[in-house]
Amino acid sequence: MRDNRKYVFIGIIVIIGLVFISRLFALQVLDSNYKLAAEHNIIQRKVHYPFRGLVLDRKNNVLVENEPVFDVMVVPKEVEENQKDKFCEIFKIDEENYDEKLKSAKSYSYVKPSIFIKQLPLEEFAEIEDNLVGFNGFYVSPRTVRSYPHKSMASALGYIGEISKSQLEKYEKEHYEQGDFIGKSGLESEYEQELRGVKGISYQMVNVRGLVKGKFKQGLYDTLSSPGSNIKTTIDLELQQYAEWLMEGKRGSVVAIEPKTGEILTFISAPSYDPNILTGRDFPKNYQSLLEDTLKPLFIRPLMSPYPPGSIFKLAQALIALEEEVIFPYTRITCNRNIIACHGDHYFEDLKGAIKNSCNPYFRETFRRIINQNLDENTYKDSEIGLATWNKHIRSFGFGTPLGIDIPNEKGGFIPQPAYYDKLYGDNRWKFSTIYSLAIGQGEISIVPIQMANLAAILANRGYYMTPHFIKDIDGKESIPESYKVRNYTSIDTGHFPIVIDAMEQVVKKGTGLRANVPGIDVCGKTGTAENPHGEDHSVFICFAPKENPKIAISVFVENSGQGGRAAAGISGLMIEKYLLGEIKRTWLEDYIKKGEFIY
Amino acid sequence: MRTEGRLTDNIDWTVIAIYLALITFGWLNIYAAVYDPENPTSIFNFSLNSGKQLIWIGISLVFASIIMLMDFRFFRTFSWLIYALVIASLIAVLFLGTEVAGSKSWFQIGGVRIQPSEFAKYACALALAKFLNKSNFSFRKFKHIVAIAAIILIPLALTVLQGDTGSALVYSAFILVLFREGMSPVILIIGVLSAILFILTLLVSKIVIIGAMVIIGILGILLSLKEAKRIILVIMTVVYSIGLVISVDYVFKNVLKPHQQNRIQVFINPNADPMGAGWQVTQSKIAIGSGGFWGKGYLKGTQTKFDFIPDQSTDNIFCTVGEEHGFVGSLILVSVFVFFLIKLVQIAERQKSRYARAYGYAVTSIFLFHVMVNIGMTIGLFPVIGIPLPFFSYGGSALVAFSILLFTLLKLDAHRLQILGR
Repeated sequence: MRDNRKYVFIGIIVIIGLVFISRLFALQVLDSNYKLAAEHNIIQRKVHYPFRGLVLDRKNNVLVENEPVFDVMVVPKEVEENQKDKFCEIFKIDEENYDEKLKSAKSYSYVKPSIFIKQLPLEEFAEIEDNLVGFNGFYVSPRTVRSYPHKSMASALGYIGEISKSQLEKYEKEHYEQGDFIGKSGLESEYEQELRGVKGISYQMVNVRGLVKGKFKQGLYDTLSSPGSNIKTTIDLELQQYAEWLMEGKRGSVVAIEPKTGEILTFISAPSYDPNILTGRDFPKNYQSLLEDTLKPLFIRPLMSPYPPGSIFKLAQALIALEEEVIFPYTRITCNRNIIACHGDHYFEDLKGAIKNSCNPYFRETFRRIINQNLDENTYKDSEIGLATWNKHIRSFGFGTPLGIDIPNEKGGFIPQPAYYDKLYGDNRWKFSTIYSLAIGQGEISIVPIQMANLAAILANRGYYMTPHFIKDIDGKESIPESYKVRNYTSIDTGHFPIVIDAMEQVVKKGTGLRANVPGIDVCGKTGTAENPHGEDHSVFICFAPKENPKIAISVFVENSGQGGRAAAGISGLMIEKYLLGEIKRTWLEDYIKKGEFIY
Repeated sequence: MRTEGRLTDNIDWTVIAIYLALITFGWLNIYAAVYDPENPTSIFNFSLNSGKQLIWIGISLVFASIIMLMDFRFFRTFSWLIYALVIASLIAVLFLGTEVAGSKSWFQIGGVRIQPSEFAKYACALALAKFLNKSNFSFRKFKHIVAIAAIILIPLALTVLQGDTGSALVYSAFILVLFREGMSPVILIIGVLSAILFILTLLVSKIVIIGAMVIIGILGILLSLKEAKRIILVIMTVVYSIGLVISVDYVFKNVLKPHQQNRIQVFINPNADPMGAGWQVTQSKIAIGSGGFWGKGYLKGTQTKFDFIPDQSTDNIFCTVGEEHGFVGSLILVSVFVFFLIKLVQIAERQKSRYARAYGYAVTSIFLFHVMVNIGMTIGLFPVIGIPLPFFSYGGSALVAFSILLFTLLKLDAHRLQILGR
């Protein structure tokens, strides 16, 4: 029987062997997680950040460039406890902060580097660079942040910031990972794909202490970084800065467009801010204070701020009435101020005179004739038909929907349609007398300042507009989308424009837009005063110049600055003088604009 | 009497071939474990473990040859003397030894370190065989049982005192020898069941286990109502088990050292602290698991090269095999060890003397324990116990001692026909 015990032995040996082999089979053949874990152990992925593309103005002035900053990285395993005091002293951080940062680095990895101090600017880094050598476990990783040498045009340029969680889920994995920067607004966001470039990634092998032991698979999977494309914009930096200077201390928008091309020459949202404060490590703090600012500097007014357009809208009304043949250039209408208020000394003007004097009763009647063309016996039905017709025309000016400019968050304003009033008052419960304030650009209607500039461009072009845009070329190659190259015709015949344009010339030469009159140039413009129930009225002015072969179309909207003539026309005039003549002779007007108490 | 020519005929050349294959493959793997791809050095570089191991291989072969040329009666005659000398050295090392990594188990002689505890297993095997060979030996004699316990426990205790619990655990393998030589299997079964119960207690709530034991006890009593003896046995078993379960906590917290507690906890739940206490288990599984079916290729392992595995050329040498030679290599190595051990069982069985047979089983049990625990630990089937893989792990004392252990058996085997059976 004892001899049988050798089989117990052999049994034990064989069972152990079989158990081991099955276990090995499970570990090595069935479970692929260990392969991944092994690669995770040894492969350190190193990202080489490309230079983000530059943003230039139309004359190749640099609007956005890159500036080196330095991240101080830490590898917790190599840090020596006794260097804490000295480190804190040199880097000016308190020990509590130090411990906290080290702890969070440890929670990520003991052997892989994580950011300890973010984005030291060059000058600060230069001071401490030499001291850093003595500290084990601390390294420097250079990267770049955006820099804006002219501090101009913050709202259109936008800013970049760390990619958010929701964006991370949305965008392509190969381009973004946590901690990457992405364009958050303005051109930085719109042209993110062009600007960002391609990240280079190299895989290197590290040992358990994080020491690099060579390239993974001889660099088979490594990729080179390539810089982002440079973007040339349509902005004229000189004019932009001049207008920014004029708008200092005011709230509102300035947009200047080259009518023939739709190229945006100037784009101002006032008050602005220095875009440099939204770069680097103070981003969160500064961003918060911009958010909390009651003047809303982050709000892109030319695109996002809907205003009732006021009297400038009369230009469009006149054109629609002419197209509908409900009035003619010679049509005279009594200035009956019992129906609607008016101003100035006039009583029975033709169209030209009505525009020049901005006659409210004239345009109320004109609008009535558009709305009630007696196409239906029922005056309610008739109004509905009329408003639909009017809608067709007015929307062809680009009102009511976003124009399609190349930065995000553009609003379309509001042009009421019959359905809107049906909902508001009930079907067949409204008629012309309910909606007549639309005639003079008041009431429910609202448009954004870029649409006002576009209206000026339409007039300059005698009937069409090019979609306003910022992009000129990318990396020197003309690459404007097709949508920016087509003429968007209004529903108004070209033949109806000269009379309105003549009137606009009169407005500037002899009427309410006198301050926009530039000696030697035929400026055509129209003032407006948007009523503001909350305080002083808003001042509006649109214009283009010169009258023949126009080079620039402008809208200026200054909030709470009273009648359009005062601030808005003056700014427009100075901009035209600057842009077309190159120098300002009317310095008294500059003084007036700068001194005026227009705001706050 | 037989001639020289017949002696070589009786040597088991298969085992010697396996031995040579194992030390060669082991040596190549030690080189792989210490190989630095950025700074490659020759396998013969004597500052590396691979170079040093080559010297130890040479020394082992010298010892092996001497043993084969010696008189085969030497070992039986001088068993007690060898045992006494080794015990003396175990005591001496406590006072004169050099401490390495918390264990005071090394004599430092010049540039060479010798670990007497590796030779103590051999001495113990000889002494045990000698004692079991006594003509009047019986497991029923209390005196004899005490003597056997002493033979095993003295070197065991001295090894524990050195701080080398891992090596001390090897002595538990001698229970297998006693089992083969006639000891009641009950002790073996109780031992295995106790170990299972111990682990269970750490895994499952104690109340559940005690409840289960009580239910089993009641069922046992109900099934053996007519036999008083069996009822007593059942009650004793249940009481013993419950006592064990209750005392586990005490033993775990007060007898085991913190690092031993950690190793057992990691064994039970390897994912609890993978970067801390579980590091070694996690990393060795990653290294072996990442080898895949065919392995990464010789000298192409990354986990061992880049030091993710501690003690990679000694206790964790199997990680290199698993990583570089994959499942195929591991399968071959495990199979070779299985074949080798079965071969040793056969050799032990064919001995005519009880001395040689008991010694053969002692050798088999020691190797079995080492292989089982060493490989088992790297693939997460055993708690981490630092003992070498025979013929594979780097380490001079271990290699020489294992060689002496094996060749003494081969020498006895070669003369098995000259020894009178008993």
